This record gives sequence, structure tokens and C-alpha cells, in this order.
Amino acid sequence: MTERIHHCGPQARRYLISLKANTRTGARMHAEEIVRLAVFADIHANRQAFTACLDSARARGAERIICLGDIVGYGADPEWAVETVMDLVKNGAIAVIGNHDAAIGAASETMNAEAQAAIEWTRGRLSAPQRRFLAELPLKHPDGDRLYVHSEASHPARWHYVRSTSDAARSIEATAAHVTFCGHIHKPALYSMSSAAKMTNFIPTSETPVQLLNGRRWLAVLGSVGQPRDGNPAAAYAMFDTTTREITFCRVPYDVVAAADRIRANGLPHWLADRLLIGR
Amino acid sequence: MVKPAIVEGTQLDGFTVGECVHRGGMATLWTVTHPGITVPLLMKVPRVSEGEDPAAIVSFEMEQMILPRLAGPHVPGCFGTGDFARQAYVVIERIAGQTLYSRINELPIPYEEARLIAGRVATALADLHRQNVIHHDVKPSSIMFRPSGECVLIDFGLSHHNLLPDLLQEEFRLPYGTAPYTAPERLLGVRDDPRSDLFSLGVLLYFFTTGVRPFGESETLGGMRRRLWRDPYPPRQLKPDYPPWLQEIVLRCLEIDPVWRHPTASQLAFDLAHPDQVKLTARSERLKRDPLGTVWRRRFNGGITQPKPKSDVAVQLASGPIVAVALDTEDGSGPLNECLRMTAAHLLATLPSSRLACINVLKLGRITIDRTLDEQGNNKHIDRLVALRHWASPLELDESRLTVHVLEAVDPAAAILEFTGINHVDHIVIGARRNSMLRTLLGSVSAKVAAEAACTVTVVRPPRLATAMAQETAGG
Repeated sequence: MTERIHHCGPQARRYLISLKANTRTGARMHAEEIVRLAVFADIHANRQAFTACLDSARARGAERIICLGDIVGYGADPEWAVETVMDLVKNGAIAVIGNHDAAIGAASETMNAEAQAAIEWTRGRLSAPQRRFLAELPLKHPDGDRLYVHSEASHPARWHYVRSTSDAARSIEATAAHVTFCGHIHKPALYSMSSAAKMTNFIPTSETPVQLLNGRRWLAVLGSVGQPRDGNPAAAYAMFDTTTREITFCRVPYDVVAAADRIRANGLPHWLADRLLIGR
Repeated sequence: MVKPAIVEGTQLDGFTVGECVHRGGMATLWTVTHPGITVPLLMKVPRVSEGEDPAAIVSFEMEQMILPRLAGPHVPGCFGTGDFARQAYVVIERIAGQTLYSRINELPIPYEEARLIAGRVATALADLHRQNVIHHDVKPSSIMFRPSGECVLIDFGLSHHNLLPDLLQEEFRLPYGTAPYTAPERLLGVRDDPRSDLFSLGVLLYFFTTGVRPFGESETLGGMRRRLWRDPYPPRQLKPDYPPWLQEIVLRCLEIDPVWRHPTASQLAFDLAHPDQVKLTARSERLKRDPLGTVWRRRFNGGITQPKPKSDVAVQLASGPIVAVALDTEDGSGPLNECLRMTAAHLLATLPSSRLACINVLKLGRITIDRTLDEQGNNKHIDRLVALRHWASPLELDESRLTVHVLEAVDPAAAILEFTGINHVDHIVIGARRNSMLRTLLGSVSAKVAAEAACTVTVVRPPRLATAMAQETAGG
């Protein structure tokens, strides 16, 4: 588990105040219980996308922020992205490590050339404390009956993709959590396993809350904040209400052109900019 | 897992349990009361103890997800749910009276009564489909009626919600449902086609009008699979007096490939509401089942058994709207009618499953007694129908997509609004007359329709001519 330091940076304080202003205290049984979670995966140093998602989550009354890893890689604003997540974590956010975050400290041979080029570039941009923050992020973080992990729960350090119901079943079987939240594949999906170990899969509909029924266990695969690949260029994140157990997959339009221009202006591979425009 | 047993007098989340009114294979039903709720209530409790059918659990989960999201008069209101962590239940509005199953010993019932019943069920299905839900268990025992006559669909345990995970998708090897009413595509694992409900309603209509189930009562998968290639006996073979329009509707509902059924439940309801306008095809005359050659081709050449991409309920419904064009047949309306035809043609070209209802209002005087015949002795009503068909003929629509209606009314706007409301028209196309003394005095029909219609309204004006601009602007 990450150690929390109770210190507020100016930017983080802004989030904290505005988050509190939106909470429904009357609907809560205990004053300290966190009800509304905002879950972000695969930010990938996309400042425009992450800013838009944080604003959107704040407007929906998010009380705690969960970051499912891959804060950096691909995008052109890694310093800002890491600094922002560090501030959020200081104020109670939870973050886990992604394969791109891990590759900053220890090069990975499984990455493609473009991803590798972005990692090399990113490494040179980050300060020592920022690199240390990434390196010290945990692989997974249990939170009550929920589990946060970047890739999937069975072998978090192997960075397997959840591509099918059998991949999802492997992850669900590896944990006792009622709901596992992960990212990594950049395409949203929602899997469930019944008490008889039967699987269901589902491509979530944006803005339609789905109740994660108690009788089965769930794997919520989030779309990517900073590099969506499901054909929809809008940034993706999700809200989860711990009382009603409803998950809402959200899409937020953001200034894609600005984010793509930043990538090109910094000499990163052009495909990384082009793919943002088409969401592939 | 030890669960508190539900007995009379149990208190649960503010509900007080009364008597047990039904013990079924999947669930028990109890009357309940709640201090804040005045409608009569029922609590449905799934049977989930050791050795029970696992389908009971999944069906309950589906109802738990779907019921709270449904609204309107065609579903029971939902007042609370509880999950398996403590005590699984749903509390719904108790609909008074019996299900349609209570009529099963009176079959066959008169054609006219069956038409009215099926029309109400189709209207309810249309409303359900618009809410992204396919019922998947349409049968007499899941159909009830409110005292006002509206059909209420109950039992959503096998339903599919287009925007929610389908918990039944891979649960069972056999397609769960009620065998005699199950659509052929369901046997292939297709759960996202709303026209499956139209098939089930067709089975019900066949059964209620002939007294015979079209595909028998076989419960085995092999017996059920026959409907993938074998068509039922045409009702006229069983009952020589069977009306051709009814056979047309029933056999269209029972088409093996959903593509050949009515595109939407609204369109089926429309046909049932206007039997005289049903386009009769070879189906309506058929006295025998398809020859064996056809059956064998269906059986061994694939056809419906070819895999199809997943369909989207909302997209499918949107591609089959009912479009109504309100036309004036008076002298001088030619240019405007030309524009209306062009607008209609554009709409219909993009929506291949849509249908067009051409309507004209025969205005009645408020005081005078109107004569059906004009000065020359021609029947005004029939003249108008002929004029409407003439207007539509350049559209070259298939007869099954076109209907014409002359409404007799004192207030044309009110008549158009009533017709489009009752028939669930999705889009009204209406012309706006140019400024005239009449419009100034009586108000504009199109303005009233546009303001008060429950659906999309397109108001069409002829292209503006340069000379007419000043006048048009001045008149607003």
C-alpha cells in the first residue's frame, strides 16, 4: 500500500475543496465514508484529456480518485501528469503502477518501437522524485471489496491484456474482490462471473449506470483517458458509487488537436499524435 | 448462506409481508404493504435454495436490473429491490385481474376480439422496445390488462436490455423461454432482435384465433428447432372463414427470418388497427404449408442459420419509423404537395423499413349537416382517398409500406394530432400554407401540429421566390 503524506500542494487543494463542495452529506450513513469514486486508467501524459476528465469527475461529485496506472508514455506532458497524480495521492487518491510507469525505471523489451521511443524521451523529462514516485507505486491496491490493478489480477507484473471472457475469468478467479478495476487494453469492457462460474461480457454504454449486482463478481476494464483505442477519440473514465454499486462509464470530449500538436512539437513519433485523432 | 425466510408478517425494508398469492417454479409472490405507498404491491421472491434451478437466480438478477429502469403504463411500477446479500426480492405494482392465460379454455376467440387484444399487446411491446428492452417471454401468462384497457407486460426474467450486460447470454445451453412461443433465431442464440417478440405475439394470435399452437407444444430442442425450416399450417387451412388480412398479419409475424416480419412492434400495431389497409400478399391466400423442396432448402442451405453481426435495438427501431404526411387536396396546393412529396421521398430513401401514412382531413362544418356526396354526386371521402394514392404513386413505394386515411373532423389540427397519437407515428410531415386570409383568421394547422405533437414534426414550405420575400418577411 502507498504511504500517504498529509500535505497539500496548491493545485491539489483546489481539487480537494471543489470535490468536497459537491458531496451529498445527507445521503451518507457515516461522515467519512467515501461514496463516489472516479477511476482513471492510462492517462499517458495527455494533459488535455486528463484535465477534461478531472473536471468532469469533479462536476459529478467525485470524492476519491483512483488512478490505474500508465500515467506516462505516448503523451507530451509527463512532468505535469506525474506531478498532478502525486498531488492527488497526497490528498487521498490511490494510484497503482502501469507497464509504462515501470519502464521508466527498468527498460522493458516487450514494447514496440514507438512506445519505446516515448519512454526514452519521457525518462529524460522526469525529475528524480517523479521517477521515484512512479517506481514506488504498488502493482495492486485492495480497497475494501474492491481491487485496483493496471493489467489484470492473476499476474499483475506480466501485463497480460484482458481480451476475452477467459482472460477475464482468470483475473476474477485470482482475487476475492467483488469488483476489480483495471485498464491497460484501452477499450472499455465489463465482465461478470456468476456464483456458478458462468461468464458474461459486455461493451459498456456511456452514461448508462450499471448496478454491479452482489450475487456475482465483476471485472471492470476501463477505457483510456489519454489514448482511447475503441474508435471513439473522446477521453474515457468511470464513476463508481459504493452505496448503490453502480458503475457509469463516461466519455469526455477534449482538445485532441492540441494534445496531438504537443506530441509532434516534441519530436515524438507522429503516429502517436495521429492515433489520438481517430481513437485507434 | 442462511436467509431469513419470508412469512406472513415479515418486515423488510419498510414493507410488511401479507399473504402468499402464488408459488411458481422460479419465485413466490406475496402481497405487501408500505406506509408511504398507496398502490397495491406484490413482492416477488426468487427460489434459490439448494437444488433449485440456477435459472431462477439469473432471471431474478435480470429483473432486478431491468424493472427499476422501466416506466409507463405497459409495465408494473417497481418500488424496491433487495439482493442476495440479505434477502432477494423485487416489489412491484400489483395489477388487478387475471393474465391472458385465463382465457385459454375459451379458444378460439372471435377474430375481432383477438385483433384488439393483439393490437394492445403490440402497442405495449413497442413501448418496451423503445425503452431498449426485448421481453423474450411473450405468452398469455405474461400479459395483463389495466381497467383502462392498456396491456401490461409482466415477468422480465428472460429479458434483454440493450444498454446493460446480458446475464443470460452464455448461461444455458438451451434457450430459456416458453417453447411454443420461442422465436427461431432464439434457438441460434440471438437475443438482441426485438422482432423475436413479434414472433411470439404471432404465435399467441394464431393460437387464440385457431385454438391450435402453430408449432405444437414440443419442449425438446430438436422439436423446437423444426421451426427453423418448417412453416406452420396456414390458419385458413384450419378455418376456411379466416380473414385474409388476419392470416397476412399472423403469417408475417411467424416468418422464420426476422427480416420478413414487421420491422417494428409499432408497425404491427398499425396493421392491427387498420385491417382494411393491410397489404395482402400471397401469404393471405395460402392454404397449404410450403412444399417440401422449399423446406429442405431452408434446412440445408443455411439461410437464417448464417451468423449475423450484433444488432442495436435502438438503431433498428429508428430505421423503421411510421411517417405520416398530412396533405391538402384542395386546388392550389399543388406546389406545396410537390415539396411534401420530395421531403417524404428523402426521408423514406434513408429509412428502408419505414412506412408512410398519407392523411387528409375532410373538414366538416360546425353547424351544417354535411352530405357525403358533392354537387356532382361523387363520394367526397373516396375522391380524397384516390387523390392521396395519386399523390403517393411517384414515390413508388411497396404497397405494404403505404396507407391512406381520410379523417373527418371539424378541427383539422386536432384530427391530425389524434390520428398520429393513437397510431404512434414517429414523424409528421406537414405543409405550411402561405399567408392567407384564412390562415390569419383560423390560425395555422401546421403551427398547432408542430407545437402539440408528441413526435418530430417537419414543416415544409415551397421554395421562396424572390418576389414573395418581402411579403413573407412582413408576415413573419
